[in-house]
Amino acid sequence: MKATIWNRKHLLGMSDLSREEIYSILDTAASFREVNRREIKKVPTLRGKTVINLFYENSTRTRTSFELAGKRMSADVINMSVASSSVKKGETLIDTLANLEAMNPDVVVVRHSESGAQEFLARNLDAAIINAGDGSHEHPTQALLDILTMENHLPLMGRENFEGLTVAICGDVLHSRVARSNAIGLKTMGATVRFVGPPTLMPSQAEEAFGAKVYYRMEEGIAGVDVVMMLRLQQERMTGAFLPSIREYFEFWGLNHKRLALAAPKAIVMHPGPMNRGVEITSKVADDPNHSVILEQVANGLAIRMAVLYRLCGVEA
Amino acid sequence: MNEAKFTLIKGGRIIDPVNQIDETADLLLEGGVIREVGRPDQPEGCRIIDADGLIVAPGLVDMHVHLREPGYEYKETIAGGTQAAAAGGVTSVAAMPNTQPVTDDPSVVGYVLDKARMGGIVNVFPIGAVTKGLQGKELTEMGLLIKAGCVAFSDDGRAISNSSVMRRALDYARAFGALIIQHAEDPSLASEGCMNEGVTATRLGIPGIPAESESILVDRDIRLVELTGGRYHVAHLSTAGALQSVERAIQRNLPVSCEIAPHHFALTEEAVIGYNTDAKMAPPLRSERDRNALLEGLSRGIVAAIATDHAPHDEDSKRVEFCCAANGVVGLETLLPVTLELVRDGVMSLSDCIAVMTHRPSELLGINRGTLSPGRPADIVLFDERERWTVDANALHGSTRNTPFHGRRVRGRVKRTLVAGRTVYEDGQ
Repeated sequence: MKATIWNRKHLLGMSDLSREEIYSILDTAASFREVNRREIKKVPTLRGKTVINLFYENSTRTRTSFELAGKRMSADVINMSVASSSVKKGETLIDTLANLEAMNPDVVVVRHSESGAQEFLARNLDAAIINAGDGSHEHPTQALLDILTMENHLPLMGRENFEGLTVAICGDVLHSRVARSNAIGLKTMGATVRFVGPPTLMPSQAEEAFGAKVYYRMEEGIAGVDVVMMLRLQQERMTGAFLPSIREYFEFWGLNHKRLALAAPKAIVMHPGPMNRGVEITSKVADDPNHSVILEQVANGLAIRMAVLYRLCGVEA
Repeated sequence: MNEAKFTLIKGGRIIDPVNQIDETADLLLEGGVIREVGRPDQPEGCRIIDADGLIVAPGLVDMHVHLREPGYEYKETIAGGTQAAAAGGVTSVAAMPNTQPVTDDPSVVGYVLDKARMGGIVNVFPIGAVTKGLQGKELTEMGLLIKAGCVAFSDDGRAISNSSVMRRALDYARAFGALIIQHAEDPSLASEGCMNEGVTATRLGIPGIPAESESILVDRDIRLVELTGGRYHVAHLSTAGALQSVERAIQRNLPVSCEIAPHHFALTEEAVIGYNTDAKMAPPLRSERDRNALLEGLSRGIVAAIATDHAPHDEDSKRVEFCCAANGVVGLETLLPVTLELVRDGVMSLSDCIAVMTHRPSELLGINRGTLSPGRPADIVLFDERERWTVDANALHGSTRNTPFHGRRVRGRVKRTLVAGRTVYEDGQ
């Protein structure tokens, strides 16, 4: 393991992180991946530490991933779904967190529907905060697990590092925190990022904001790329006049084998989940063992979250 | 103790743009009225105010202020808001009608004026609503509201988006020569967003408001001005596109004018970085390109008024997630120093800066203020244009702290404010 280059209190976004810091998390995660393969999948690393999962949005996999990550390192993990309790009683975000803080947790993992909610909390309170997704802004542990997954596949793609790697992030970029965090993190690592999707789902001045080249046609956008990262299409996009229909979306921006053939021969296909089969991706591609690494992402997610909790709980490497 | 009958403000640099005065001289007041500028004889028992080294100008007129009373006294009151005005050298404020109840009925106008007389320390000129309850549907009783004391009409906070209602409002207002002030934001384009659309919004993941949400409505309104001949004023104009439309309308001699708020010409969307809710207002802070266009418009004299859109909010309305935060910032106490940056940067002369904060808005509103002409009310500001200070949100005189200028190094400090000859604010007192 490389020397620790990590003295941050919070993990709020990929825009904070240097390449060295990202590598340091990847390396830590690699060592935790080994723990997850043991018969007894538990180490005492965070015994006596408390992790609170505070989720203002529904989430199954991210919350489970953080919960399991904490438990496998022997931390006490509490889950709170606030969507159903305090918000209805009119409690503000800052009051909810101040109350949790009074119980002295080591880390609070927060997911919230408003961009910047975690930054706001970090500025006003003392607890260490991990951003598990804020609005359309960032989702740094997702980007870290995606980068770890790509790193694992670099040798198979005939590459030594991220320099020159081309990644196409496809679909609803406008509303996607996964796209933003990945674009920022991949750029930091030296990769080239493309955004591919319909113009109505592309953020304003995306090229200037993220240094990502924008493509409106799938065939052009994924031509020759090493990584095709599909984004989940929220069904409610049909109502805001963003898109006419699912069938039109699938026809022009869905990932099928015919389109995938335009990417590099060893290209990998990623998806942050949950997938809409038949909307943004065909089942054949999603389940294709030669390209799809979607389940590897899930496994790596656990390792990344263990690494991040480990670092933020103040344990020396 | 009785006030002295005469007051002599001695030795200041007197600037009165409407009379083209800029000279070191004395200013004699009799009672609450201006008597003479120049070298008047010093009457017996005259009170002396030493203005050596200071600029003596007409008290500032801010045509866009939210006093929040009645209905939102937990944010600000007429007493508190006028204290902020006095501390900023502002002697007259036009109060926007989006109170609770809305200023859409003569009884509310009477309430505001009574409160201003009892607890206010500067002149308060109510602006009436254009539509009942700000609902954008039925016109208010403009004639009766003017009789009660309204000086203009606006649904500020909301745009008058229905074209037919706007047409009728502009048309009907002609009967009284009344000014219609539009909050120009097309709600169908603006309502999904929380800040200006562009690189910063994209990076922050905040839904954007395109600049066109303003210019589209201004363009439509100008067509309706052509149709009706009604007097039309764009509140807090913030975009290059809308300014261009206003300039063309002025060139065609249409009765069109606009105001700009200091935060729009002094700040850009980048002030939002860090999810700073004290940089959240409607219309939002715009791009550097828009800001530069506004500066150019100011330098070319297209802009009739600098007005603050002073909008106090309690801390609970601002200490929340960015998109959940209330829109609005306070500005009365930073109006003068931030505007003086235009002089420093060579955008406008000092005299022109004072003009857009005094007689030009006064003329739009048809109020008898904003000059030092003999016989006019002695509303006066004395300020030191050189004094440097740092804006401190906690040191403001109003009830709230939501300034986007906290920590800004500024130059130009109000030393004394007089309303009708009476000192209502003195620096350090």
